[in-house]
Amino acid sequence: MSNDKNVKPADQAQEQEYSLNDDRRVKVLSPGALIAKRFFRNRLAVVGLVILVIMFVFSFVGGLVSPYGQDETFSTTTELNTQFAGITETTTRRYTAAPDADFGALVQAKANSAINEGETSFERDGVVYTIEQPAPDLYTFSTAGSVVAYASTYVVSAPAGMTAPSFDFQVAAITALSGASAEKAPAEEAPEVTEEGTVVVESGDQDSAQEAAEAEAAGNTFEADGATYSFDESGNVMDGSGTVVAMVSPFVISASDGNTAIPDDLREALLTAVEADASEVVYTDSEGAEHTYTISYDAYSKVYNVTETTANQVYDRYASPSLEHWLGTDGNGMDMLTRLMYGGRVSLIIGFIVVFISAGLGVIMGGISGYFGGWVDNLIMRIVDVFYCLPSMPIIIILGSAMDAMRLDPWIRMIYLMLILGFLSWPGIARLVRGQILSLREQEFMLATEATGITVPHRIIRHLIPNVMPQLIVSCTMSLGSTIITEATLSFLGLGVKFPFASWGNIISDVNNAFVMTNYWFIWIPAGICLLLAVLGFNFVGDGLRDAFDPKMNR
Amino acid sequence: MRTYIAKRIGISVIILFCVTFIIYGLMRALPSSYVETMAMQLSQAPGAKPYDEWLAQLNAQYGLDLPMPIGYVTWLGDFLTGNFGDSWKFNVPVLTEFYNTIGISFAMGGLAFVFSTAIAVPLGILAATHQYSKGDYIISAVALAGISLPTFFFATLLKLVFSVGLGWFDLYGLMSRDFAQLDAVGQALDICNHMVMPVVTLTVIQIGSLMRYTRTNMLEVLNADYIRTARTKGLPEHKVIYKHAFRNTLIPLVTVIGGSLPGLFSGALITETLFMIPGTGYTSYQAMTAGDIPYTMFFLTFIAIITLLSNLLTDILYAVVDPRVRIS
Repeated sequence: MSNDKNVKPADQAQEQEYSLNDDRRVKVLSPGALIAKRFFRNRLAVVGLVILVIMFVFSFVGGLVSPYGQDETFSTTTELNTQFAGITETTTRRYTAAPDADFGALVQAKANSAINEGETSFERDGVVYTIEQPAPDLYTFSTAGSVVAYASTYVVSAPAGMTAPSFDFQVAAITALSGASAEKAPAEEAPEVTEEGTVVVESGDQDSAQEAAEAEAAGNTFEADGATYSFDESGNVMDGSGTVVAMVSPFVISASDGNTAIPDDLREALLTAVEADASEVVYTDSEGAEHTYTISYDAYSKVYNVTETTANQVYDRYASPSLEHWLGTDGNGMDMLTRLMYGGRVSLIIGFIVVFISAGLGVIMGGISGYFGGWVDNLIMRIVDVFYCLPSMPIIIILGSAMDAMRLDPWIRMIYLMLILGFLSWPGIARLVRGQILSLREQEFMLATEATGITVPHRIIRHLIPNVMPQLIVSCTMSLGSTIITEATLSFLGLGVKFPFASWGNIISDVNNAFVMTNYWFIWIPAGICLLLAVLGFNFVGDGLRDAFDPKMNR
Repeated sequence: MRTYIAKRIGISVIILFCVTFIIYGLMRALPSSYVETMAMQLSQAPGAKPYDEWLAQLNAQYGLDLPMPIGYVTWLGDFLTGNFGDSWKFNVPVLTEFYNTIGISFAMGGLAFVFSTAIAVPLGILAATHQYSKGDYIISAVALAGISLPTFFFATLLKLVFSVGLGWFDLYGLMSRDFAQLDAVGQALDICNHMVMPVVTLTVIQIGSLMRYTRTNMLEVLNADYIRTARTKGLPEHKVIYKHAFRNTLIPLVTVIGGSLPGLFSGALITETLFMIPGTGYTSYQAMTAGDIPYTMFFLTFIAIITLLSNLLTDILYAVVDPRVRIS
């Protein structure tokens, strides 16, 4: 009958062909496949594997995909109001004396009352002063035929960088201007005031020479010190070539910053704005940059304050999550999500290198110790005992603060950190390897290797170590998780990975500032979750591997 | 047995020498020690001596001008005669500072240990007896999550929720601002209130590994032959588990208790630092970062002694509890 079945065509389902006790009915799996099968049956392990894959992709691919760099800073503009100038309107007459004349405060008081009473002369200290009013807003005082002082609400000031105008020039200019403004027609060229109360001016749109000519044509000229000057409605006095030599106005503009020269057209615009009660001046300077000035009247000091709203570039610190920065920015204005990706890279790489160092040392020391036994074993195990007894966390902290004091380069520091962590954690692995090898050494296959004359290094590397591998892999996977936590803890305390390198630990260390902890969750919670997930992934996988490698755990 | 203990103690003493020598060498080799910082400060005072002179004077004063091995022998002699010196950072005798801080650390560690054992052991047994059930998965996952949880992250989350959000506890410290005005009961309650979050942190951090340990051991015991025997002779399941299996699970727990002894005395360095609890952990952290050699040496040596003692104690206890174990 079995013969019958064996000659049946091969296209029939195979299971039906074999007899019940045929070995081929049982699907034989290689040890590796068996472990993989057991591993994938464990749901937690699969979850851990998925988490790990996601974390790796996030950290290693994410950094490449992210449009930003690890330490690329972002800035934002904030509007800052800076005091630009103050405008004072002169409401009381100011007295100005000729350079060599004496016209003190008492004389001024006398002069004031004389003007108010409409007298044409007054006497003080035996000197008789004659009062004349050449223009509506100008009084001159003369003794013995020469003008010694004048009083006016107009103030004559020189443009930045020019010498103050002479007394005669001042009198002549005020006479001319005060006379002109009395019959003042609406200025043609004065900047326009919009309905919202904004004055808009552009620099350089007026040709000053042409303007001077126009002013001259309009008859706005006067003569002083033997030269002819022309002036316009806003009080600019120009010489023959069109250069402004003085400003005459009841308003005094002084820049808050002594170094700033206020251009004439801006000055004109500001004055227009003040007169028109406008609150804003938009001014485009000769380089084309637009400035916005806000004018506010301070009733207490009776000064119109001109503030300039400037856009300042500042680091975009602790910006909330947005489309540009999905997790906002950190305290240095760096993109948080990108920092997180690079931080993951650093944390994972440190974890792997540390475990690699400790596993290498542990396998070598444990292997030697377990295989040779005797005094070598004793010596190595005592060293292991010493390491076990060394409080590792305090030692790492001491070394960390030492590296702080040495101001090591962050990069070199990171390498030292890996070496220290790796060097402090090998004894555990050495003990595990030794224990395994001690029991394996007694088994028959080792006797067989000895009988066949295989060399000692070969016996250790080819026959003992592979049998230790399962435990080693499990232990390494688990210690990857704890290494990442140790590194993060150190970085959190500021003793591990340092700026500019990101690590999940030093990202979270921002919470040492209680304000950041309470107000900027997006700084530290994502980093903590990444850290937790990565470690959890390693632990899940390690746990799954332990169960999968252990034949007793077969379900 | 007696020769075994004597041998172990002998080895422990040698290990202790090595450990203290390593730590002392490390402390001495620090590039910017406490003394240098002090000298820098003192030399910057108006009209002070230059830095080098201060450094030389302070080095002589603190015995740091001796070569390292001689310095170690001097320190060892002082230590063995009970002269632990004065802490540089805290300006009090090392022992005083230690006495002042150990109480709170011990209380916190003890509470956390009791809580975590009370929670972890029953849950671990539950997980083992219902292996591969939903409950087992949840407990295993929670245990692994507890192991994976970084202390500082968990503590910060607690602070955010309970201090900032709910306002139940203070962010830092062991006492409120009005501590001095409270009566004795109020002061005790105040300290308890401040200890809640650190103890919860410590408990949650410890729970995971203890839970896993219990589960693994219980599983091992449940697979043992005598459990099968107990079942085949018809004992009810709860009797099998609680009388036969559980008692045997308790044996490995001796190791856990022994292993947690140093933790009770050393204080939780990270947790105390995070909550600024003035326990040994936080104090030693400050001393270590400041390069305070007397305090650090005393503290680390103390920890090393406790660790070695507890290892020895664990091994002996193991033999006492489990007659199958023979000490050789």
